[in-house]
Amino acid sequence: MPDLSINFAGIKSPNPFWLASAPPTNSGYQVMKAFEAGWGGAVWKTLGVPVINVSSRYGSVNYRGTRMAGFNNIELITDRTLSDNLKEIEEVKKYFPDHAVIASLMVESKKEWEQIIKDAENAGADGLELNFGCPHGMCERGMGSAVGQEPEVLKTIVTWAKEFATVPVITKLTPNISHIIDPGLAAVEGGTDALSLINTIKSIVGIDLDSYAPYPVVDGKGTNGGYCGPAVKPIALEMVKELAKHVQIKDTPISGIGGIESWRDVVEFILLGAGSVQVCTAVMHYGFDIVREMEKGLTRFMLDKGYETIEDFRGKALPNVTEWKHLNLKYKVIAEIDESKCIGCDLCYIACDDGAHQAIAIPGNGKGRIPEIIEENCVGCNLCSLVCPVEECITMVRKDDGSASKTWDERTIAGTIPMTFDDERAGGNGHFVPSVADALKHKK
Amino acid sequence: MGLYSPPKSEAEFQKNFGQKKPLMNQTEAFYESSRCLFCYDAPCMNACPTHIDVPLFIKQIHTGNVIGAAETIFEANWLGNACGVVCPTTELCEGSCVYDNQHVPVIQIGRLQNFATSKAMAEDAKLFSAGESNGKKVAIIGAGPAGLSCACELRTLGYEVDIFEAKSKPSGLTVYGIAPYKITNEEVLDEIDYLQKQLGFTIHYNTAITTKAQLENLENNYDAIFLGVGIGATRQLGLEGEDKEGVIGAVEFIEELRMKHHEVQVPENVVVIGGGNTAIDAASESAKMGAKQVSLVYRRDRERMGAYNFEYDFAISTGVDSVFNATPVEILGNGKATGVKFIKTEVVDGKLSNIEGSEFLIECNLVIKATGQAKQGAFLSLIDDLELDKKSRITVHPETYQTTNPKYFAGGDAVNGGAEVVNGAYEGKMAARGMHGMLVDS
Ligand SMILES: Cc1cc2nc3c(=O)[nH]c(=O)nc-3n(C[C@H](O)[C@H](O)[C@H](O)COP(=O)(O)OP(=O)(O)OC[C@H]3O[C@@H](n4cnc5c(N)ncnc54)[C@H](O)[C@@H]3O)c2cc1C
Ligand SMILES: Cc1cc2nc3c(=O)[nH]c(=O)nc-3n(C[C@H](O)[C@H](O)[C@H](O)COP(=O)(O)O)c2cc1C
Ligand code: SF4
Ligand code: SF4
Ligand code: SF4
Repeated sequence: MPDLSINFAGIKSPNPFWLASAPPTNSGYQVMKAFEAGWGGAVWKTLGVPVINVSSRYGSVNYRGTRMAGFNNIELITDRTLSDNLKEIEEVKKYFPDHAVIASLMVESKKEWEQIIKDAENAGADGLELNFGCPHGMCERGMGSAVGQEPEVLKTIVTWAKEFATVPVITKLTPNISHIIDPGLAAVEGGTDALSLINTIKSIVGIDLDSYAPYPVVDGKGTNGGYCGPAVKPIALEMVKELAKHVQIKDTPISGIGGIESWRDVVEFILLGAGSVQVCTAVMHYGFDIVREMEKGLTRFMLDKGYETIEDFRGKALPNVTEWKHLNLKYKVIAEIDESKCIGCDLCYIACDDGAHQAIAIPGNGKGRIPEIIEENCVGCNLCSLVCPVEECITMVRKDDGSASKTWDERTIAGTIPMTFDDERAGGNGHFVPSVADALKHKK
Repeated sequence: MGLYSPPKSEAEFQKNFGQKKPLMNQTEAFYESSRCLFCYDAPCMNACPTHIDVPLFIKQIHTGNVIGAAETIFEANWLGNACGVVCPTTELCEGSCVYDNQHVPVIQIGRLQNFATSKAMAEDAKLFSAGESNGKKVAIIGAGPAGLSCACELRTLGYEVDIFEAKSKPSGLTVYGIAPYKITNEEVLDEIDYLQKQLGFTIHYNTAITTKAQLENLENNYDAIFLGVGIGATRQLGLEGEDKEGVIGAVEFIEELRMKHHEVQVPENVVVIGGGNTAIDAASESAKMGAKQVSLVYRRDRERMGAYNFEYDFAISTGVDSVFNATPVEILGNGKATGVKFIKTEVVDGKLSNIEGSEFLIECNLVIKATGQAKQGAFLSLIDDLELDKKSRITVHPETYQTTNPKYFAGGDAVNGGAEVVNGAYEGKMAARGMHGMLVDS
């Protein structure tokens, strides 16, 4: 059996599955229940000077039949007193000495940081997470993302934390910046032991058409919230990758957060360098039990691939994430339709004809609905294979012989890239484009 | 009348007996699995006698861990593949899916289950292995669902297992009794083969245990014995003319059909007597074998029928005619059955009685009796101190499935009096754990 245990910047955990600092870690009751269900660690709901929350706190993006494909909230940090939280941390650690309990913290002055760090450590926290992420409410008071967006301020606070802390310090980053390297590097320079990301993304998930206010509506008004859930995973993955590839940051452990719901998501974060993962929305949707699907799926993946530990495959996708200019321009795929699977929806046809390169033909005139790829027109963009509702019906088949490789970079050096507006070397030059008037054939 | 023509080849037989729950393709499985809500303390899971973690395995299918889904299924139910297509799911898991509360089609749990296990079997995925030997040996009588499930569980716990089976194939009524449109013989046998390869129990075929001496031999050579003998042949009705040619028990009729397929000749007119699921199956199968007129005759009314509604509806859809409130008096014919004389019945003061002078005749060339199976009483009486209840069911402890003779454990139809494959699978597994508790854990 593969060994799922991790040592994340000195924090030991029986598996890489942690709860993110959020409502599921509000109380000792919840964290204990989560550990019983199989979670390896929990980042406690952010501690600080307790807040007062509004009623009507969450909104969501429902995509077709799927509820909460995206989720947003306008909640703040903990609204419970510090002493209550600390007492419960201590109790949980007594029951689960080998699980990871990390205290998430957010305060203002150096004095407060010193005090709260001491308190959290005394309660038995295995690590600290500095919350520089919250993009609503707290930032209006100069905390959360207001810190995360100012690398210099962030660095100073990390330095303070490192000065006072004896347990590992994780810095949690906000994605609400244009370049994740800036706060990431600042944290590393401040001496952080690890990074975690992403916190939520500033968002408005929708407008109520009766009250003309954004969701969640609080007595006729709303505010921007923090966006998370499955919809944000691509953004989180990219940011994790950025940090994991950066020369000055890559040796700092990263805890991946954002849209994680199944084993596959977990594996993807690990392949991009994450050493642990954190989950909030999926637990808020389905409860702690979803960890079993993650655990079973991760185990099966490792068995199938022959990995014994998480470290065996951590970061394995990083060498394959490169810059655009290093991609092979000679690589050529073409769509292929499996007629025996096709159900004749013709979504591929219209997607290609209206949204891509007019490379699919349909019989028309009542002669059936099975489309055909016009090979010479197909640029291999993947669009039809993405819209096709049938599993493995349209596949992209490699057509170049695999021998030659030529990247943009190489062509630049060779001087064979288009240089002027009407350069004949334009990639699309020679590609089939219907005549403008052909469009009139579709006039109704 | 007659929606089907008599099949003259295996291909025609397969056409008439097309699978009611065909294997899902990947697209179906993808969309269907996407609909599951992952309910908390899921009602579907609680409705499954083996408590398969339905939301978990469906999510595993959806996230591409199909082999993991199969593992989740087999961990709870060793016959999870067959159960996916033979279980009366509308009465069990699917019948309790929460979607039904809003009249949204329920999740097709059975077919999703069968999709996952079929993939594991097709890929010969190694999911299980025998536990480290604990030096103990168990004999199992009967390689039906109960016996096989007991064997699998015992192997994972490190026991050596010998199964003694009267017939030449494993899996009991799953292969000899269940309607051919629910599962093919090959699919049934593939699952056993798949499990046997991983777990390594031994089946001694064509080895009926019928004598006291054989039983003593087992008692001396094994640490415990499991009785998975099911229930017996069709009970005699005690009717005049019952011994005529063309009168057959339903279980015997179905067994012949399952083994010989299109080679079985079913005449144009068939009468099936009974009101349970077996009667319904025999009637539907006769219709699918090309009989023109199939009359299903039950002595009480529709509401009192033991058969599931979905089975009754299915029989009607195959062209079966039903006759209620009539009971057979005599089978007519000169050596060969040519018809059955019935008399109408009514319920008076809660008691069923015949209506005098209401006799009527249904002509037929085949009479199928589906009026219950005799139990294994005679055989079971060879075992010392083995208590049977009034209906000749073996009395067992409700958790350990130990019988009143401490060396013997039992499960399946022999204990529950005739239920479903899934019950046999569950009881066999629980008996294995019961034995383990007695032999090793204590
Ligand atoms: C017509 C019919 C249709 C059915 N349809 C369904 C259905 O659609 N779905 C469903 O879930 N269930 C169905 N069932 C019920 C299901 O088949 C049984 O509940 C299940 O097979 C019981 O398993 P078992 O192991 O207890 O007994 P069995 O399946 O009866 O197996 C007992 C085995 O023991 C062997 N045996 C008996 N005595 C001895 C002996 N002395 N020595 C050696 N071997 C012996 C037998 O040969 C047999 O192989 C149906 C049953 C019938 C009769
Ligand atoms: C209701 C809610 C409250 C949150 N509160 C906090 C918090 O107190 N501290 C913090 O660091 N992150 C907080 N987060 C952010 C999460 O920890 C996490 O970074 C984010 O939700 C992305 O993960 P997900 O897609 O799995 O939800 C909160 C998120 C939600 C939805
Ligand atoms: S989830 Fe619980 S606390 Fe929130 S609105 Fe519903 S009942 Fe109230
Ligand atoms: S999208 Fe897929 S199913 Fe639809 S017409 Fe195209 S190939 Fe066929
Ligand atoms: S009851 Fe239905 S929706 Fe709920 S978990 Fe079971 S199959 Fe899924």
